[in-house]
Amino acid sequence: MNQQLKDFAKAGGLNDEEVAKILGFIGRDPTIAEMAAFSAMWNEHVSYKSSRKYLKTFPTRGPRVLVGPGENAGVVDVGDGWAISFKMESHNHPSYIEPFQGAATGVGGILRDIFTMGARPIANMDSLRFGSLSHPRTRYLIDGVVAGISYYGNCMGVPTIGGELVFDPTYDGNCLVNVFTLGVVRADGVFYGNASGVGNPVIYMGAATGRDGMGGASMASAAFDEKAAEKRPTVQVGDAFTEKVVLECTLELMKSGLVLGIQDMGAAGLTCSTFEMADRAKMGMKVDLSKVPQRAANMLPQEILLSESQERMLLVCKRGNEEGVLDICRKWDIPGAVIGEVTEGRQMEMYWSGEKVVDLPINLLTDEAPLYDRPWAVPADLEKRWELPEFKIGTDLKSEFMVLIDDPSFRSKAPVFQKYDHMVQDRTVVRPGDGDAAVMRLLEAPSNRGVAMTSDGNSPACWLHPYNGAFNIIAEACLNLACVGARGIALTDCLNFGNPERPDVMWEFKEVVAGLSEACIAFDTPVTGGNVSFYNETAGNSIQPTPVVGVVGLVEDVAHTAGSLFLNAGEAIVLLGCEDFRFDGSLYLRRKTGKVAGQVVKADAKRHAALCELIVAGIEKGIVRTAHDVSEGGLLWAVAESVAGHGVGATLDNVVHDAADLFGEAPSMAFVTVKEADLSCLTVMAEEAGVQAVRIGTTGGDTLSVKNLFEIPVKDIVAASKKPL
Amino acid sequence: MRFAIPVFPGSNCDKDCLHVLGNVLQQDAFFVFHKEKKLPPTDAVVLPGGFSYGDYLRSGAIARFSPIMDDVIRFAEAGGIVLGICNGFQIMLEAGLLPGAMRLNTCGHFVCKDVWLRVENGETMLTCNAGKGAVLGMPIAHAEGNYYAPPEMLKEIEDNGQVLFRYCDIDGNVTPEVNPNGTANNIAGIMNREGNCFGMMPHPERASECILGSDQGRVLFESLIKSFGGRTPKCGCRG
Repeated sequence: MNQQLKDFAKAGGLNDEEVAKILGFIGRDPTIAEMAAFSAMWNEHVSYKSSRKYLKTFPTRGPRVLVGPGENAGVVDVGDGWAISFKMESHNHPSYIEPFQGAATGVGGILRDIFTMGARPIANMDSLRFGSLSHPRTRYLIDGVVAGISYYGNCMGVPTIGGELVFDPTYDGNCLVNVFTLGVVRADGVFYGNASGVGNPVIYMGAATGRDGMGGASMASAAFDEKAAEKRPTVQVGDAFTEKVVLECTLELMKSGLVLGIQDMGAAGLTCSTFEMADRAKMGMKVDLSKVPQRAANMLPQEILLSESQERMLLVCKRGNEEGVLDICRKWDIPGAVIGEVTEGRQMEMYWSGEKVVDLPINLLTDEAPLYDRPWAVPADLEKRWELPEFKIGTDLKSEFMVLIDDPSFRSKAPVFQKYDHMVQDRTVVRPGDGDAAVMRLLEAPSNRGVAMTSDGNSPACWLHPYNGAFNIIAEACLNLACVGARGIALTDCLNFGNPERPDVMWEFKEVVAGLSEACIAFDTPVTGGNVSFYNETAGNSIQPTPVVGVVGLVEDVAHTAGSLFLNAGEAIVLLGCEDFRFDGSLYLRRKTGKVAGQVVKADAKRHAALCELIVAGIEKGIVRTAHDVSEGGLLWAVAESVAGHGVGATLDNVVHDAADLFGEAPSMAFVTVKEADLSCLTVMAEEAGVQAVRIGTTGGDTLSVKNLFEIPVKDIVAASKKPL
Repeated sequence: MRFAIPVFPGSNCDKDCLHVLGNVLQQDAFFVFHKEKKLPPTDAVVLPGGFSYGDYLRSGAIARFSPIMDDVIRFAEAGGIVLGICNGFQIMLEAGLLPGAMRLNTCGHFVCKDVWLRVENGETMLTCNAGKGAVLGMPIAHAEGNYYAPPEMLKEIEDNGQVLFRYCDIDGNVTPEVNPNGTANNIAGIMNREGNCFGMMPHPERASECILGSDQGRVLFESLIKSFGGRTPKCGCRG
């Protein structure tokens, strides 16, 4: 093998062992184009070579699941002949190098995954994690990422209805940008990424191919060093306007009945879409790369194979229908070209100006991709992490609390949400910031049903105890859904980790997958897809394990939902659940000692499910007016959030046994408000559900008061929440 | 009443307008693709919001040259009702159907939030059911809503009663603090001198059902339909 080819393989992220494997398979030197295809398909981001072994263990089935993992996105039945398709994806590496384009194309990519399934995207969410606000790069990253999401989502006409915004020094060198999109599709109108039928034409549709994003998937499969900025040319450049037109063109093509199979070109571009579509149908493909619409002059075949230019689709139609397909492309002024055909056998043949440049068995790039069982080891300091450090709670609890809510996570995210169009499509029933989850009505369905979405992660808890921490994030997401009146039905996940070649990172990964799996079963929320992002490491520092779940719930009647902000004075505040509030892993402890430390108690699945069901039932009955889970920051923090929203105060006269009751944290706790007249009804419902319900106070007034301890003027709490990020 | 809704590449409030006019208000609303050269018979044209042509060059600047626009202009000049919402308003400015121009919001970015509007002229086809001084809540969602007209033109617009709405607070006070984008005189919507072309940045089609948080935009559509002699169903959510 000549040096040029060796260098090319290395630049594409293939190691010596993998190159040897390729040579062994094909018994000759690969062409440059073939090597390009291998590097595109065998990298971590596309092949999941370090994670596949574990991902197989996820519970993925359920009566509602129409399409599970393996396709471009999962699909779940929501009744009345309708289904939803949703998925979460990471765009961490590109966003760190080039925040605007990285985030924008992350949104663009996940939107394509959804409309590839035949679904019209109706909502986006973004889970964003940045380093501490004082880190010099953080503001640059936030501004760029938020602007990129805003640009792409707004222009697409898909509302961005919430997400997370977290600041933590663990992300100083690697930000996390996880994007979550949901679409609506007829249950019998789902499309698949299959290239079926010998002789059927393979059609390229969408923006022309350029040299942007070359090798993006390989870039996302390696750790960063001090030269990260040099990788900027591997980041794709998005054009949301083109994608909006491609969306409409794609949906019209699907409606026309001409399309048999379709896949978008995302990571690994044309290589991935051709190989995967042929592979799924167990067919072969003959492709003339010179026919691919190109926007740069003198492109080489390997560049066309590696390009990650955005807003491109690959589809297969019945022979004879190609003109019909191209007519629809012309209507929308979108380039379209027949670039090949489906063939018998499972061979991929690609040509360039008449010369055969790729001739490979397809399974070599898919099934035969490397699969690693990487060594894992329990971190040496694990048990040390569980020791609670010494700390002293100040005697002035009021000032303790005011210091706590000075944390950026208490601040209103409205300035961010307002940069996103969160109302387009006339579906948003519970808006971002108004409730623990967002609720969208399903205008298509004849019923009054709606879908609720939330995304959750908790890296401190997952660092202390990956298994329990992971279990608890699904529990919390389900509780968030319950607080708007929704029952969780399925989920997608983004597993953000450090370098899998480090045994402790691999151990964290394995534990997290196991914890998530148990929770999926416990809360009846199968995994329908997602992605893994390894190598979130800079200069040898890996991020704390950060699984993020996007959980989807159903609201039976969108006329019955609840927000988390107090609206009316004179309502009873009732605390539901019976867990002990603890300082372990709490925000209070982190702020007080600068340490992430303590035990992570796993939520009790049965008690947790009963709590969720009680809240949903109370909302459906129309008696629960407000519902909010008690999570990071503790009970008083959660009440203060409900106060800050509309400036309605509260008096708590029955909460405090010790400071942990105010500032400690626990899974499976929430509070609701009901009218005085409905209090007895709620009490009876709680008793029947076996959930402890304690009235802790009343809404109203100009203060947040904790009886016999302190009073805080509502305006001070509002001011703390309105402090700019 | 028949409403034609032109669909430009990048329009994204077209379906919302169709939903409100067709499903909520039960009028005969339909799409017209921008490549059509002629409008089908219609009583009004609603130019929807969105990012026509990606807002490239300037918002509305390219859509104004779409084939359908020639007939929309002819329709307007013959006295037909044309309502532009958000990007539709921007297109009307570019097409010369309304006076003035739009600049980037003074904050420099896109803003999506609820605002209050005070009706300035209650004797137009779009506002007659609301009446002068009425305060209506509905959302804005735009990056370029900073209305501008040269001083003389602005004076003329004001003197002629062509200002339809101004941004205000919940009590109807028009102050600089509630101006969300830097627009001249807090202007949120205007009409032409003849009173048949209307443009507004806020989205009444996002505020026509209580379930979405406000139905106070509905009165504008009801006004149009009533002025035209049509009838609308009662609002289901007002009991």
